[in-house]
Amino acid sequence: MLDLAIIGGGPAGLTAGLYATRGGLEHVVMYEKGMPGGAITQSSEVENYPGITEVVTGMELMQDWPKQCMRFGLKHEMAEVTRVSRPEGLCFKIELSDGSVETAKSVIVCTGSTPKRAGFKGEDEFFGRGVSTCATCDGFFYKGKEVAVIGGGDTALEEALYLANICSKVYVVHRRDEFRASPATVRRVKENEKIELVLNVVPDEVYGDAMGVQGLKVQKRDTDEIIDLPVPGIFIFVGNNVNNGVLKQEDGTFLCEVNEYGEVVVDLLMQTSEKGLFAAGDLRVLAPKQVVCAAGDGANAAIGAIAYVEHLHRENLC
Amino acid sequence: MGKYIELTGSNFDETVKEGVTLVDFWAPWCGPCRMIAPVIEELAEEYEGKAKIAKVNTDEEQDLAIKFGIRSIPSILFFKDGQVVDQMVGAASKQAFAEKLDALLG
Repeated sequence: MLDLAIIGGGPAGLTAGLYATRGGLEHVVMYEKGMPGGAITQSSEVENYPGITEVVTGMELMQDWPKQCMRFGLKHEMAEVTRVSRPEGLCFKIELSDGSVETAKSVIVCTGSTPKRAGFKGEDEFFGRGVSTCATCDGFFYKGKEVAVIGGGDTALEEALYLANICSKVYVVHRRDEFRASPATVRRVKENEKIELVLNVVPDEVYGDAMGVQGLKVQKRDTDEIIDLPVPGIFIFVGNNVNNGVLKQEDGTFLCEVNEYGEVVVDLLMQTSEKGLFAAGDLRVLAPKQVVCAAGDGANAAIGAIAYVEHLHRENLC
Repeated sequence: MGKYIELTGSNFDETVKEGVTLVDFWAPWCGPCRMIAPVIEELAEEYEGKAKIAKVNTDEEQDLAIKFGIRSIPSILFFKDGQVVDQMVGAASKQAFAEKLDALLG
Protein backbone atom coordinates (compact mmCIF):
# COMPACT_ATOMS: atom_id res chain seq x y z
CA MET A 1 0.00 0.00 0.00
CA LEU A 2 1.34 3.39 -1.01
CA ASP A 3 1.27 6.34 1.35
CA LEU A 4 0.73 8.58 -1.63
CA ALA A 5 0.09 8.06 -5.32
CA ILE A 6 0.85 11.03 -7.56
CA ILE A 7 -0.85 10.88 -10.94
CA GLY A 8 1.09 12.92 -13.52
CA GLY A 9 4.71 13.97 -13.81
CA GLY A 10 4.69 17.64 -14.75
CA PRO A 11 5.84 20.50 -12.50
CA ALA A 12 2.97 19.84 -10.05
CA GLY A 13 3.57 16.12 -9.76
CA LEU A 14 7.33 16.41 -9.47
CA THR A 15 7.13 19.10 -6.80
CA ALA A 16 4.48 17.14 -4.91
CA GLY A 17 6.81 14.14 -4.94
CA LEU A 18 9.74 16.21 -3.71
CA TYR A 19 7.78 17.71 -0.83
CA ALA A 20 6.02 14.48 0.14
CA THR A 21 9.20 12.40 0.33
CA ARG A 22 11.33 15.10 1.88
CA GLY A 23 8.48 15.69 4.33
CA GLY A 24 8.59 12.12 5.53
CA LEU A 25 6.22 9.98 3.46
CA GLU A 26 7.95 6.74 2.54
CA HIS A 27 6.00 4.96 -0.13
CA VAL A 28 5.39 7.56 -2.77
CA VAL A 29 5.01 6.73 -6.45
CA MET A 30 4.58 9.19 -9.29
CA TYR A 31 2.82 7.67 -12.28
CA GLU A 32 3.87 9.19 -15.57
CA LYS A 33 3.66 7.27 -18.82
CA GLY A 34 7.01 8.53 -20.10
CA MET A 35 9.79 10.85 -19.05
CA PRO A 36 8.56 13.40 -16.51
CA GLY A 37 8.44 17.09 -17.45
CA GLY A 38 4.88 17.86 -18.47
CA ALA A 39 3.32 20.04 -21.12
CA ILE A 40 5.75 22.91 -20.50
CA THR A 41 8.42 20.89 -22.33
CA GLN A 42 6.61 21.91 -25.52
CA SER A 43 7.10 25.62 -24.87
CA SER A 44 9.68 27.41 -26.94
CA GLU A 45 10.49 29.97 -24.31
CA VAL A 46 10.11 30.51 -20.58
CA GLU A 47 11.25 33.73 -18.99
CA ASN A 48 8.91 34.13 -16.02
CA TYR A 49 9.99 31.26 -13.80
CA PRO A 50 11.71 32.85 -10.78
CA GLY A 51 15.45 32.37 -10.71
CA ILE A 52 15.74 31.91 -14.45
CA THR A 53 17.68 34.93 -15.62
CA GLU A 54 17.84 34.01 -19.28
CA VAL A 55 15.14 32.81 -21.63
CA VAL A 56 15.15 29.02 -21.70
CA THR A 57 13.07 26.42 -23.51
CA GLY A 58 10.49 24.48 -21.52
CA MET A 59 12.64 21.40 -21.95
CA GLU A 60 15.71 23.15 -20.52
CA LEU A 61 13.68 24.42 -17.57
CA MET A 62 12.47 20.92 -16.68
CA GLN A 63 15.68 19.03 -17.38
CA ASP A 64 16.94 18.73 -13.80
CA TRP A 65 13.61 18.52 -12.00
CA PRO A 66 13.28 14.71 -11.99
CA LYS A 67 16.78 14.28 -10.56
CA GLN A 68 16.15 16.75 -7.75
CA CYS A 69 12.63 15.57 -7.01
CA MET A 70 13.66 11.92 -6.73
CA ARG A 71 16.52 12.57 -4.32
CA PHE A 72 14.38 11.80 -1.28
CA GLY A 73 12.88 8.53 -2.38
CA LEU A 74 10.17 9.41 -4.85
CA LYS A 75 9.69 6.55 -7.30
CA HIS A 76 8.64 7.06 -10.90
CA GLU A 77 6.55 4.34 -12.41
CA MET A 78 6.31 4.50 -16.18
CA ALA A 79 2.67 3.53 -16.42
CA GLU A 80 -0.58 5.13 -17.38
CA VAL A 81 -3.29 5.39 -14.75
CA THR A 82 -6.76 4.77 -16.11
CA ARG A 83 -8.84 5.37 -13.00
CA VAL A 84 -8.68 6.44 -9.36
CA SER A 85 -11.57 5.24 -7.21
CA ARG A 86 -12.46 4.58 -3.60
CA PRO A 87 -14.55 1.44 -3.74
CA GLU A 88 -14.66 0.71 -0.03
CA GLY A 89 -13.32 2.24 3.15
CA LEU A 90 -10.68 4.93 3.06
CA CYS A 91 -8.17 3.46 0.63
CA PHE A 92 -7.90 4.60 -2.93
CA LYS A 93 -7.68 2.15 -5.80
CA ILE A 94 -5.32 3.03 -8.66
CA GLU A 95 -6.03 1.16 -11.89
CA LEU A 96 -3.29 1.03 -14.54
CA SER A 97 -3.61 0.56 -18.29
CA ASP A 98 -1.87 -2.82 -18.17
CA GLY A 99 -4.68 -4.11 -15.96
CA SER A 100 -2.76 -4.05 -12.67
CA VAL A 101 -4.08 -2.37 -9.54
CA GLU A 102 -2.36 -0.51 -6.69
CA THR A 103 -3.80 0.89 -3.48
CA ALA A 104 -2.92 4.17 -1.81
CA LYS A 105 -3.75 6.03 1.36
CA SER A 106 -3.78 9.40 -0.38
CA VAL A 107 -3.72 10.64 -3.97
CA ILE A 108 -2.62 13.82 -5.70
CA VAL A 109 -3.99 14.14 -9.22
CA CYS A 110 -1.97 16.44 -11.47
CA THR A 111 -2.72 15.23 -14.96
CA GLY A 112 -2.68 18.71 -16.46
CA SER A 113 -4.38 19.70 -19.65
CA THR A 114 -4.24 18.96 -23.36
CA PRO A 115 -4.41 21.54 -26.17
CA LYS A 116 -7.91 22.00 -27.51
CA ARG A 117 -8.82 21.65 -31.14
CA ALA A 118 -10.45 24.71 -32.69
CA GLY A 119 -13.26 22.70 -34.27
CA PHE A 120 -13.18 23.55 -37.98
CA LYS A 121 -13.60 21.34 -41.02
CA GLY A 122 -10.63 19.10 -41.81
CA GLU A 123 -8.85 19.81 -38.52
CA ASP A 124 -8.98 16.24 -37.20
CA GLU A 125 -8.39 14.70 -40.62
CA PHE A 126 -5.17 16.66 -41.11
CA PHE A 127 -3.94 16.52 -37.52
CA GLY A 128 -0.30 15.39 -37.67
CA ARG A 129 -0.22 16.07 -41.41
CA GLY A 130 0.07 19.84 -41.31
CA VAL A 131 -2.16 20.65 -38.36
CA SER A 132 -0.18 20.80 -35.12
CA THR A 133 -0.42 22.00 -31.53
CA CYS A 134 3.35 22.02 -30.90
CA ALA A 135 5.50 24.65 -32.60
CA THR A 136 8.76 23.52 -31.01
CA CYS A 137 8.13 19.97 -32.27
CA ASP A 138 6.93 20.67 -35.77
CA GLY A 139 8.06 24.19 -36.71
CA PHE A 140 11.22 22.64 -38.14
CA PHE A 141 9.22 20.99 -40.94
CA TYR A 142 8.19 24.44 -42.21
CA LYS A 143 11.61 26.04 -42.46
CA GLY A 144 11.38 28.84 -45.03
CA LYS A 145 7.68 28.18 -45.59
CA GLU A 146 4.51 30.05 -44.65
CA VAL A 147 2.38 28.93 -41.72
CA ALA A 148 -0.74 30.04 -39.88
CA VAL A 149 -1.16 30.29 -36.11
CA ILE A 150 -4.70 30.21 -34.73
CA GLY A 151 -5.40 31.93 -31.41
CA GLY A 152 -4.87 35.19 -29.56
CA GLY A 153 -3.59 34.26 -26.11
CA ASP A 154 -0.07 34.22 -24.71
CA THR A 155 0.75 30.76 -26.03
CA ALA A 156 -0.46 31.57 -29.55
CA LEU A 157 1.55 34.77 -29.81
CA GLU A 158 4.69 33.40 -28.15
CA GLU A 159 4.70 30.43 -30.51
CA ALA A 160 4.00 32.75 -33.48
CA LEU A 161 7.18 34.64 -32.56
CA TYR A 162 9.07 31.36 -32.32
CA LEU A 163 7.79 30.26 -35.74
CA ALA A 164 8.70 33.66 -37.24
CA ASN A 165 12.35 32.76 -36.58
CA ILE A 166 12.03 29.63 -38.72
CA CYS A 167 9.33 30.31 -41.28
CA SER A 168 9.19 32.83 -44.12
CA LYS A 169 5.86 34.18 -42.93
CA VAL A 170 3.43 33.62 -40.07
CA TYR A 171 -0.25 34.53 -40.32
CA VAL A 172 -1.84 35.00 -36.90
CA VAL A 173 -5.52 34.14 -37.28
CA HIS A 174 -7.67 35.50 -34.47
CA ARG A 175 -11.41 35.93 -34.07
CA ARG A 176 -11.22 39.36 -32.48
CA ASP A 177 -9.12 42.46 -33.11
CA GLU A 178 -7.68 42.48 -29.61
CA PHE A 179 -5.42 39.96 -27.91
CA ARG A 180 -5.63 38.38 -24.48
CA ALA A 181 -1.85 37.95 -24.50
CA SER A 182 0.38 40.16 -22.36
CA PRO A 183 1.04 43.64 -23.78
CA ALA A 184 4.80 42.95 -24.12
CA THR A 185 4.15 39.90 -26.31
CA VAL A 186 1.51 41.69 -28.40
CA ARG A 187 3.98 44.51 -29.06
CA ARG A 188 6.69 42.10 -30.20
CA VAL A 189 4.22 40.38 -32.52
CA LYS A 190 3.07 43.67 -34.06
CA GLU A 191 6.66 44.76 -34.60
CA ASN A 192 7.70 41.50 -36.24
CA GLU A 193 7.90 41.95 -40.01
CA LYS A 194 7.31 38.29 -40.74
CA ILE A 195 4.02 38.19 -38.86
CA GLU A 196 0.79 39.25 -40.56
CA LEU A 197 -2.31 39.60 -38.42
CA VAL A 198 -5.55 38.25 -39.89
CA LEU A 199 -8.13 39.55 -37.44
CA ASN A 200 -11.88 39.25 -36.91
CA VAL A 201 -11.98 35.94 -38.72
CA VAL A 202 -12.88 32.37 -37.85
CA PRO A 203 -11.21 29.32 -39.39
CA ASP A 204 -13.55 27.74 -41.90
CA GLU A 205 -11.73 24.82 -43.46
CA VAL A 206 -8.31 23.29 -43.84
CA TYR A 207 -7.71 21.62 -47.18
CA GLY A 208 -5.02 19.43 -48.67
CA ASP A 209 -4.27 16.11 -50.30
CA ALA A 210 -2.78 12.75 -49.38
CA MET A 211 0.55 14.40 -48.49
CA GLY A 212 -1.07 16.81 -46.05
CA VAL A 213 -2.29 20.36 -45.63
CA GLN A 214 -2.16 22.82 -48.52
CA GLY A 215 -4.07 25.73 -47.08
CA LEU A 216 -6.53 27.26 -44.67
CA LYS A 217 -9.72 29.14 -45.48
CA VAL A 218 -10.87 31.68 -42.94
CA GLN A 219 -14.10 33.65 -42.87
CA LYS A 220 -14.47 37.34 -42.05
CA ARG A 221 -16.90 37.68 -39.17
CA ASP A 222 -18.57 40.86 -40.42
CA THR A 223 -18.83 40.27 -44.18
CA ASP A 224 -18.64 36.45 -44.44
CA GLU A 225 -15.91 36.97 -47.03
CA ILE A 226 -13.58 33.94 -47.32
CA ILE A 227 -9.82 34.52 -47.24
CA ASP A 228 -7.60 31.75 -48.55
CA LEU A 229 -4.23 31.31 -46.84
CA PRO A 230 -2.19 28.82 -48.94
CA VAL A 231 -0.05 27.54 -46.04
CA PRO A 232 1.21 23.98 -45.57
CA GLY A 233 1.33 24.30 -41.76
CA ILE A 234 -1.33 25.33 -39.25
CA PHE A 235 -0.59 25.67 -35.54
CA ILE A 236 -3.52 25.79 -33.15
CA PHE A 237 -3.35 27.42 -29.71
CA VAL A 238 -6.91 28.02 -28.55
CA GLY A 239 -6.68 26.91 -24.94
CA ASN A 240 -6.68 23.56 -23.19
CA ASN A 241 -9.01 20.86 -21.95
CA VAL A 242 -8.30 19.49 -18.50
CA ASN A 243 -7.32 15.84 -18.29
CA ASN A 244 -9.79 14.66 -15.66
CA GLY A 245 -10.37 11.20 -17.17
CA VAL A 246 -8.72 9.32 -14.29
CA LEU A 247 -11.32 10.69 -11.89
CA LYS A 248 -14.25 9.40 -13.95
CA GLN A 249 -15.94 6.43 -12.32
CA GLU A 250 -17.57 3.47 -14.01
CA ASP A 251 -21.01 5.07 -13.72
CA GLY A 252 -19.77 8.27 -15.42
CA THR A 253 -19.71 10.42 -12.28
CA PHE A 254 -16.51 11.94 -10.92
CA LEU A 255 -14.78 10.80 -7.76
CA CYS A 256 -14.84 14.39 -6.49
CA GLU A 257 -16.57 17.62 -7.36
CA VAL A 258 -15.70 19.20 -10.72
CA ASN A 259 -17.07 22.41 -12.23
CA GLU A 260 -18.89 22.91 -15.55
CA TYR A 261 -15.55 22.87 -17.43
CA GLY A 262 -14.49 19.63 -15.79
CA GLU A 263 -11.94 21.41 -13.61
CA VAL A 264 -11.47 19.88 -10.17
CA VAL A 265 -12.82 21.94 -7.31
CA VAL A 266 -10.22 22.38 -4.55
CA ASP A 267 -9.76 24.56 -1.50
CA LEU A 268 -6.68 26.64 -0.78
CA LEU A 269 -4.87 23.50 0.40
CA MET A 270 -5.59 21.71 -2.90
CA GLN A 271 -7.96 19.38 -1.05
CA THR A 272 -10.85 18.12 -3.21
CA SER A 273 -14.33 17.27 -1.98
CA GLU A 274 -13.04 13.74 -1.32
CA LYS A 275 -10.86 13.64 1.79
CA GLY A 276 -7.33 12.46 1.09
CA LEU A 277 -7.66 13.28 -2.60
CA PHE A 278 -5.87 16.38 -3.79
CA ALA A 279 -5.61 18.08 -7.18
CA ALA A 280 -2.73 20.28 -8.30
CA GLY A 281 -1.72 22.19 -11.41
CA ASP A 282 -3.62 22.89 -14.59
CA LEU A 283 -6.62 20.66 -13.89
CA ARG A 284 -7.84 22.47 -10.79
CA VAL A 285 -10.33 25.34 -10.79
CA LEU A 286 -8.93 28.82 -11.44
CA ALA A 287 -5.53 27.41 -12.44
CA PRO A 288 -3.31 30.19 -13.78
CA LYS A 289 -1.60 27.53 -15.94
CA GLN A 290 1.90 28.64 -15.04
CA VAL A 291 4.81 26.40 -14.06
CA VAL A 292 5.43 28.34 -10.87
CA CYS A 293 1.79 27.97 -9.83
CA ALA A 294 1.69 24.25 -10.66
CA ALA A 295 4.83 23.71 -8.61
CA GLY A 296 3.31 25.69 -5.73
CA ASP A 297 0.14 23.62 -5.95
CA GLY A 298 2.18 20.44 -5.84
CA ALA A 299 4.00 21.52 -2.68
CA ASN A 300 0.74 22.60 -1.11
CA ALA A 301 -1.01 19.33 -1.93
CA ALA A 302 1.94 17.29 -0.64
CA ILE A 303 1.86 19.11 2.68
CA GLY A 304 -1.86 18.34 2.88
CA ALA A 305 -1.27 14.70 1.97
CA ILE A 306 1.40 14.32 4.67
CA ALA A 307 -0.98 15.69 7.31
CA TYR A 308 -3.77 13.43 6.09
CA VAL A 309 -1.63 10.26 6.07
CA GLU A 310 -0.27 11.08 9.54
CA HIS A 311 -3.85 11.45 10.73
CA LEU A 312 -4.70 8.00 9.30
CA HIS A 313 -1.68 6.47 11.03
CA ARG A 314 -2.56 8.06 14.38
CA GLU A 315 -6.11 6.77 14.17
CA ASN A 316 -5.04 3.40 12.79
CA LEU A 317 -7.24 3.86 9.73
CA CYS A 318 -6.80 2.49 6.19
CA MET B 1 19.97 -6.56 -23.67
CA GLY B 2 17.84 -5.23 -26.50
CA LYS B 3 18.62 -1.84 -27.86
CA TYR B 4 16.70 0.17 -30.43
CA ILE B 5 18.15 0.47 -33.92
CA GLU B 6 19.29 3.91 -35.07
CA LEU B 7 18.07 4.22 -38.64
CA THR B 8 19.64 6.29 -41.41
CA GLY B 9 19.17 6.52 -45.16
CA SER B 10 21.67 3.68 -45.58
CA ASN B 11 20.13 1.02 -43.31
CA PHE B 12 16.45 1.94 -43.36
CA ASP B 13 15.12 -0.28 -46.18
CA GLU B 14 17.25 -3.21 -45.12
CA THR B 15 15.92 -3.01 -41.55
CA VAL B 16 12.21 -2.68 -42.24
CA LYS B 17 11.97 -5.05 -45.21
CA GLU B 18 11.21 -8.16 -43.17
CA GLY B 19 9.08 -8.68 -40.09
CA VAL B 20 7.49 -6.08 -37.85
CA THR B 21 9.31 -2.81 -37.16
CA LEU B 22 8.30 0.17 -35.05
CA VAL B 23 9.98 3.37 -36.22
CA ASP B 24 9.93 6.44 -33.99
CA PHE B 25 10.57 9.66 -35.95
CA TRP B 26 11.86 12.12 -33.39
CA ALA B 27 14.16 15.12 -32.86
CA PRO B 28 16.23 16.34 -29.93
CA TRP B 29 14.28 19.59 -29.47
CA CYS B 30 10.87 17.93 -29.22
CA GLY B 31 9.44 17.57 -25.68
CA PRO B 32 6.94 14.78 -26.39
CA CYS B 33 9.67 12.86 -28.27
CA ARG B 34 11.84 13.01 -25.22
CA MET B 35 8.94 11.94 -23.07
CA ILE B 36 8.51 8.69 -24.99
CA ALA B 37 12.26 8.00 -25.29
CA PRO B 38 12.37 5.72 -22.20
CA VAL B 39 9.23 3.96 -23.45
CA ILE B 40 10.94 3.16 -26.77
CA GLU B 41 13.96 1.83 -24.86
CA GLU B 42 11.79 -0.49 -22.79
CA LEU B 43 9.98 -1.71 -25.89
CA ALA B 44 13.34 -2.51 -27.50
CA GLU B 45 14.15 -4.77 -24.58
CA GLU B 46 10.77 -6.42 -24.34
CA TYR B 47 10.35 -7.11 -28.04
CA GLU B 48 13.89 -8.33 -28.65
CA GLY B 49 13.74 -11.19 -31.13
CA LYS B 50 10.07 -10.51 -31.92
CA ALA B 51 9.89 -7.04 -33.47
CA LYS B 52 12.49 -4.43 -34.37
CA ILE B 53 12.28 -1.15 -32.48
CA ALA B 54 13.95 1.73 -34.32
CA LYS B 55 14.39 5.48 -34.26
CA VAL B 56 14.99 8.11 -36.93
CA ASN B 57 16.47 11.44 -35.91
CA THR B 58 14.56 13.70 -38.30
CA ASP B 59 17.05 16.51 -37.72
CA GLU B 60 19.82 14.43 -39.26
CA GLU B 61 17.75 12.31 -41.64
CA GLN B 62 15.55 14.87 -43.32
CA ASP B 63 15.28 12.83 -46.52
CA LEU B 64 13.66 9.98 -44.60
CA ALA B 65 11.25 12.40 -42.92
CA ILE B 66 10.28 13.80 -46.30
CA LYS B 67 9.99 10.33 -47.86
CA PHE B 68 7.44 9.29 -45.25
CA GLY B 69 5.64 12.62 -45.20
CA ILE B 70 6.50 13.32 -41.55
CA ARG B 71 5.12 16.72 -40.52
CA SER B 72 4.60 16.14 -36.81
CA ILE B 73 6.83 14.48 -34.27
CA PRO B 74 6.88 12.15 -32.59
CA SER B 75 5.37 10.12 -35.44
CA ILE B 76 5.49 6.39 -34.90
CA LEU B 77 5.23 4.26 -38.02
CA PHE B 78 4.63 0.52 -37.93
CA PHE B 79 6.09 -1.50 -40.78
CA LYS B 80 5.30 -5.05 -41.76
CA ASP B 81 7.55 -6.61 -44.42
CA GLY B 82 8.58 -3.19 -45.72
CA GLN B 83 5.12 -1.61 -45.86
CA VAL B 84 3.70 1.06 -43.54
CA VAL B 85 0.66 -0.60 -41.98
CA ASP B 86 -0.14 1.69 -39.06
CA GLN B 87 0.79 5.10 -37.71
CA MET B 88 0.49 7.13 -34.51
CA VAL B 89 1.19 10.82 -33.90
CA GLY B 90 2.14 12.22 -30.51
CA ALA B 91 3.20 10.77 -27.18
CA ALA B 92 1.37 7.68 -25.98
CA SER B 93 1.79 5.04 -23.29
CA LYS B 94 3.87 1.91 -23.67
CA GLN B 95 0.66 -0.06 -23.55
CA ALA B 96 -0.66 1.75 -26.63
CA PHE B 97 2.49 0.97 -28.66
CA ALA B 98 2.59 -2.62 -27.40
CA GLU B 99 -1.00 -3.23 -28.46
CA LYS B 100 -0.22 -2.15 -32.04
CA LEU B 101 2.89 -4.34 -32.11
CA ASP B 102 1.03 -7.34 -30.70
CA ALA B 103 -1.72 -6.93 -33.28
CA LEU B 104 0.87 -6.99 -36.09
CA LEU B 105 2.77 -9.91 -34.63
CA GLY B 106 -0.48 -11.86 -34.51
